[in-house]
Amino acid sequence: MSTTLPLPETTERPNYLNVDYSWKSWLFTTDHKRIALLYLFSITAFFLVGAVFAGLMRLNLLFPDGLFEHDTYNKFFTMHGVIMVFFFLVPSIPATLGNFLLPIMIGARDLAFPRINLLSWYIYIAGGVFAVLAIVKGGVDTGWTFYAPFSTTYSNTHVILAAIGVFISGFSSILTGLNFIVTVHKMRAPGMTWSRLPLFVWAHYATSLIQVLGTPVVAITIVLLMLERILHAGIFDPNLGGDPVLFQHLFWFYSHPAVYIMILPGMGVVSEIIACYSRKGIFGYGFVAFSSVAIAVLGFMVWGHHLFVAGQSMYASMVFSFISFLVAVPSAIKVFNWTATMYKGSITFDTPMLYALGFIGLFTIGGLTGLFLATMAIDVHLTDTYFVIAHFHYVMVGGMVLAFLGGIHFWFPKMTGRLYPEMWARLAAAIIFVGFNLTFFPQFILGYLGMPRRYATYAQEFQVLHVLSTAGASILGVGYLLPLIYLTWAWRKGERSPQNPWQAKGLEWEQSPTPPPTFNFDVPPVVTERPYNYSEEVEVGGY
Amino acid sequence: MADTDLSVAAHAAPTTLKHHFDDREQQLESSTLGMWVFLLTEIMFFGGMFGAYTVYRNLYPAAFASTSHYMNVTLGATNTAVLIFSSLTMALAVRSAQLGQKRALISFLTFTLILGLVFLSIKYVEYHEKWVDHHIPGPGFHYAEPQYFHQAQILFFLYFAMTGLHALHMIVGAGLIITLIAMAARNRFSSGWYTPVEMIGLYWHFVDIVWIFLFPLLYLIGRTMR
Ligand SMILES: [Cu+2]
Repeated sequence: MSTTLPLPETTERPNYLNVDYSWKSWLFTTDHKRIALLYLFSITAFFLVGAVFAGLMRLNLLFPDGLFEHDTYNKFFTMHGVIMVFFFLVPSIPATLGNFLLPIMIGARDLAFPRINLLSWYIYIAGGVFAVLAIVKGGVDTGWTFYAPFSTTYSNTHVILAAIGVFISGFSSILTGLNFIVTVHKMRAPGMTWSRLPLFVWAHYATSLIQVLGTPVVAITIVLLMLERILHAGIFDPNLGGDPVLFQHLFWFYSHPAVYIMILPGMGVVSEIIACYSRKGIFGYGFVAFSSVAIAVLGFMVWGHHLFVAGQSMYASMVFSFISFLVAVPSAIKVFNWTATMYKGSITFDTPMLYALGFIGLFTIGGLTGLFLATMAIDVHLTDTYFVIAHFHYVMVGGMVLAFLGGIHFWFPKMTGRLYPEMWARLAAAIIFVGFNLTFFPQFILGYLGMPRRYATYAQEFQVLHVLSTAGASILGVGYLLPLIYLTWAWRKGERSPQNPWQAKGLEWEQSPTPPPTFNFDVPPVVTERPYNYSEEVEVGGY
Repeated sequence: MADTDLSVAAHAAPTTLKHHFDDREQQLESSTLGMWVFLLTEIMFFGGMFGAYTVYRNLYPAAFASTSHYMNVTLGATNTAVLIFSSLTMALAVRSAQLGQKRALISFLTFTLILGLVFLSIKYVEYHEKWVDHHIPGPGFHYAEPQYFHQAQILFFLYFAMTGLHALHMIVGAGLIITLIAMAARNRFSSGWYTPVEMIGLYWHFVDIVWIFLFPLLYLIGRTMR
């Protein structure tokens, strides 16, 4: 393509990637797009580490008597959880796609605080160093939840190192959220009203609220945990007059809303993809936008559903159960609206759309099984079983990871200026979908039959289901490796992308060059139409 | 990199607009909103501890009344006065910056800094008293009323965690004020641009307000129960 353009000196126009290739220009960049890529490479590395631990767990569970020492197995699931939750899922979409796209989508030249943005990446890396140190020195065995008093009194593993890692990385999440909130409020281009914000931006705004309000609470909880582990003053130790359930309250006050940090951005991605590949405006835009905020707000009032069997007051449990049902409503609104968007749309099944459809199906299963667990009586049977594991992996992996991959494919041309090989990408999407379901669907049955989570061994009768699950995990692993390979290849050798390869709507495709220049736009962007105007209708009372 | 050069330029001539803002108003509004959001996270940060405090105070009111007799109310009250006064000098410093009065700005900031250091010194004396009395939670903890030993230890744990975190914020604040004084001395501020003074002022007031809650909750509230 570029050979036909009358550009005598350079084949490529200046963009954020080719302005400077030095390592300093990357490590000291304040460009949100470069920081997004720094995050992308870092979280991918952590994802691989977390995945290795998952693989080791599945290997152990091939055999009823296990393969590794039980203590070693405890470390596998702990490190898998800590790495995946705090170092992959929480930053996954916001710090990469959000960082890259949010300013462009609202027509800004950068986030409001570019240097704080860079700082957040360094903080993330510093936290990651402690987590890796905890692994290298022998691991942690408390589970990712760090429940007291096991973590404060009894565990003889490197709890403090891991806790410092989680504590530090929390601040990177806070700073990202703070930056997004200010950017959305203050940096919108002319004509970019709140009712024209892409749903991706709405979802990230809601996510940021949780990051800013929730993360400090888990940070202080971890401080108390570390102090208690050093001093043994008894604040979480029932032997010394302390209350271990208080730790659970403080922990879940953050960690339940945190599951919305881990799903809302995915919902934002899916909204963009569904609209583009259905060639239709999002049905009920306002409902989808506000449902994100509703999820963020209600999400702060449901943490008690993790404490139904922890000795929490029955009346508190009833309220928490009720609100947990309520929070399903805005999630369902999204699913209904996506479905209605596709109705009578001109749907094409390109790779991002395959991931988005996978998201809708798997998130629905994950969400509905969440209602089983929010029901107090059923939860007594299902608490701490594989049913819980299957439930949140359907949301976190079937939801967030699929949305992440869908988003990475959808905006890959934007970020790299290249196209990925479509057939390989569709194949990988199919393999991931099959592998995922084979891994986690048997776990619903395992849990229903009574197989507890976090056990290194199990009764003979569970072996068939565990073998199926491990087989699925192997397929899933292949599915993850494929995009890693062909996307790396495409970044160097892929066909060059036109500015808007999907004919998508939105400032990032329509008004920003591909890949974008350092300040995102050649001409200051102006917004003159409603979002997702795929049918090219004139706005009522138009502009 | 062009990007870095611009931010360096923004330092040299502070009134210069950073590259990604349209005008100075937008820049100021962004900083202000950012600061308020940051303070919101601080409220949640302290909030977790206030939550733990509330739980234990409700569980162990009698032990609480007992421990509050070992708090040094005179020193605590003095420190409250010191901090309220430092909020006044901080407010005056912001006003001087607004009016572009460099010398007044520097002296009010210095006053604030001194008051902050007075607070920290008094806090040190108090901590030292607790050390002498074996009221530091952990293996060396002793308590005069044995029936409250464990409960009192938890309450002292909270006392140290809450006032310690507050003192840490004071130390950070003192460092920030020193930076402000250095910037003011190098004529970085003008009546047209004094955003850092205003932002750090907000932070200082916030830290003061936290103490306004800590003092009655930790020192006063149990003393009437006997
Ligand atoms: Cu939950």
